[in-house]
Amino acid sequence: MINATPALKAESRDLNFFYSNGNQALKSVNMPLYENKITALIGPSGCGKSTFLRCFNRMHDLYPGNKYEGKIVMHPDNTNILEAGVDPIEVRMRISMVFQKPNPFPKSIFENVAYGLRVRGEKNKRTVADKVEEALKGAALWNEVKDRQQDLAFNLSGGQQQRLCIARALATDPEIMLFDEPTSALDPIATANIEELMSELKSKLTILVVTHNMQQAARVSDYTAYMYLGEMMEYGDTDTIFTRPTRKETEDYITGKFG
Amino acid sequence: MNTATNMQNQSTALSISPRLAKNVRRNIKERVIELILMLAALSAVFTTFAIVAILLYESLGFFKVVSLVEFFTSTEWTPLFEDAHYGIMPLVSGTLTTSAVALAVAVPVGTIGAIYLSEFASHKVREIVKPMLELLVGVPTIAFGYFALLFITPLLQKVFPELPGFNMLSAGIVMGVMIVPYIASVAEDAMRAVPMSMREGSYAMGATRFQTAIRVVTPAAVSGIVAAYILAISRAVGETMVVAVAAGQQPILTFNPMDGAATITAYIVQVAMGDLPHGSIGYQSIFAAGLVLFALTLGFNIIGHVVRKKFREQY
Repeated sequence: MINATPALKAESRDLNFFYSNGNQALKSVNMPLYENKITALIGPSGCGKSTFLRCFNRMHDLYPGNKYEGKIVMHPDNTNILEAGVDPIEVRMRISMVFQKPNPFPKSIFENVAYGLRVRGEKNKRTVADKVEEALKGAALWNEVKDRQQDLAFNLSGGQQQRLCIARALATDPEIMLFDEPTSALDPIATANIEELMSELKSKLTILVVTHNMQQAARVSDYTAYMYLGEMMEYGDTDTIFTRPTRKETEDYITGKFG
Repeated sequence: MNTATNMQNQSTALSISPRLAKNVRRNIKERVIELILMLAALSAVFTTFAIVAILLYESLGFFKVVSLVEFFTSTEWTPLFEDAHYGIMPLVSGTLTTSAVALAVAVPVGTIGAIYLSEFASHKVREIVKPMLELLVGVPTIAFGYFALLFITPLLQKVFPELPGFNMLSAGIVMGVMIVPYIASVAEDAMRAVPMSMREGSYAMGATRFQTAIRVVTPAAVSGIVAAYILAISRAVGETMVVAVAAGQQPILTFNPMDGAATITAYIVQVAMGDLPHGSIGYQSIFAAGLVLFALTLGFNIIGHVVRKKFREQY
C-alpha cells in the first residue's frame, strides 16, 4: 500500500527512560517517525506511550530527577535532541505539542495563538496578525472566531479550545506535532473535527499521536506502534497492524481481548 | 389510586420499621449539627453588625454637634482643644500616606517573592523560606513600631538629614515589610493553584521559565493576587501600633511622607488611652473616626471584589 519508503523525520534509538523515583518507564525503544505521516502509539494504560511521546519535546525536563538514556535523532540535521548540550527550548521550538485536555492560557483567542511568536520575540504586528490568521485557518477555527479574536479563550467550547491549542502549536511552523490523546475530553463531533484536521495537517508536518481509541488509530494513522510495559511490542503500517499483526499480544489488544 | 397510596402510607405509619426509626434519629442529629454550624457562622455576621451598629449609634451623637460639612472640609482635627475643630481629613491623609508607602514597599517585594517561591524556588528552598515568612507575621506590631522609630528613622536621617524623628516614611516602610509575608503567602498560594497543565502548555511552546511565570502563571492567578493586595491594604489602613509609635501623633493635613502625622488609628489609640468622660464629644469622636476607618476598609474591599470579579479566570 505504501509504495516508496517516505523520508525519515526522526527516530528513537535504544531509548530508556527513568522517572525520578527510579521506575524505568521505557525499555530500549526503537521507532522511526516518517515525514508527513501520522504515527499512532497505542497500548494499555501505563504502557509508557505518553512517556515516550513526552520525550520528543523534553517535557520530562520540567520535573527534577527524570533521566533519559539513548537517543532521539532528528533528521535531516541528525541532532540527538536528548543530548545534554541541546537546549530543550530549541527542541520545543521545532516540536510542538497538543495536550489531552485543552489548556488555553488565560488570554484572548488572538494572544493564545500569538503566544509562541511572542516568546520567540516577534515584534512586528503585521507578521503576528498574519501568522495568527494562518494558524487559525490551519486549525479550521478561523470562520468561528474571526470576529471575536479578542474574546477570552475560555469562552470557547471544549472542541474549539482544542482546535485553538492546535492553532497555537501551529503558529510557529513546527516540524513535528505531538498529540497526547487529543480527543479524550471531547464529544464525537469535536473528535471527528480534530481527526479530520490531523489528516489535513500531515501535508505540512509530521505527527505522532497517542490514543486510547483503537478506531481512531485505524482511521487517522499511517503507522501504528503497540507498546506494552515500556517496550515497543510491534510497529508497522497501520493496515498491517490492524489486519495481520505478527504478535499474539498485539492481536489480543486490538481485538479487545486484553487491555 | 389515591386510596391505594393512602393505605400504603397508613400501613407504614402504623408499623414503623426499625430502619425508618433509625432514619428519624439520624435526621434529628443532622438537623442539630446543621444548627450548630449555622450559629457558628452567624456569630461572625452578628459581631460585624454589632460593631457597625455601635459605631453608627455613637457617631450619631457626634454628628449632632458637628456638621458633615465641617467633618469633611475642615483641615484641622483638634477635638480635645479649647478651640475645637473636627475635620477628619488630616487623619485620613495620614492613613492614606502611610498605607501608600507601605504598599509601595510590600506590593513589589511580596509579588516578586511569590513568583520566586512558586515558580523558581526548589522544593527545599520553599520549605525553608515559607515558614520563615509566616513567622514574620507573628512578630508583635509594637516591635515593628520601635524598629521603625529607633532603627529605620535614624538610618533614613543619614540620607535625608532634615527628616523629623516622627515621620510617615519610616513607619510606612516598616509597615510594608510587615505586610510582605501576607502578600507573598496568599499570592503564592494562588499561583501554585494554577494547574500544571497550563505551565506545560507554555513550556511546550518553547517559553522559558521566566516567560511562563510572567505571561501565563501570573495572569492565571491574578484574582488571587489581587485578593492578596486587598488583604494588604486592609492591613495597612487598620495598622495601629507602628504608626502610633513611629509616625507621630500630630494630626496634620499632608501627603508628604517626610512629615510626621497622625493616622485614624493612631488618634483612636491616643484618645482611648486618656480618661475621657463617657458621652463627651471627644469620646464620640473616636467612633466617628472609627466609622471613617471602617468605610475606608469597606471601600477598598468592594473595589477589590469588583477587580477580582473582572479578572476572574476559570480553568
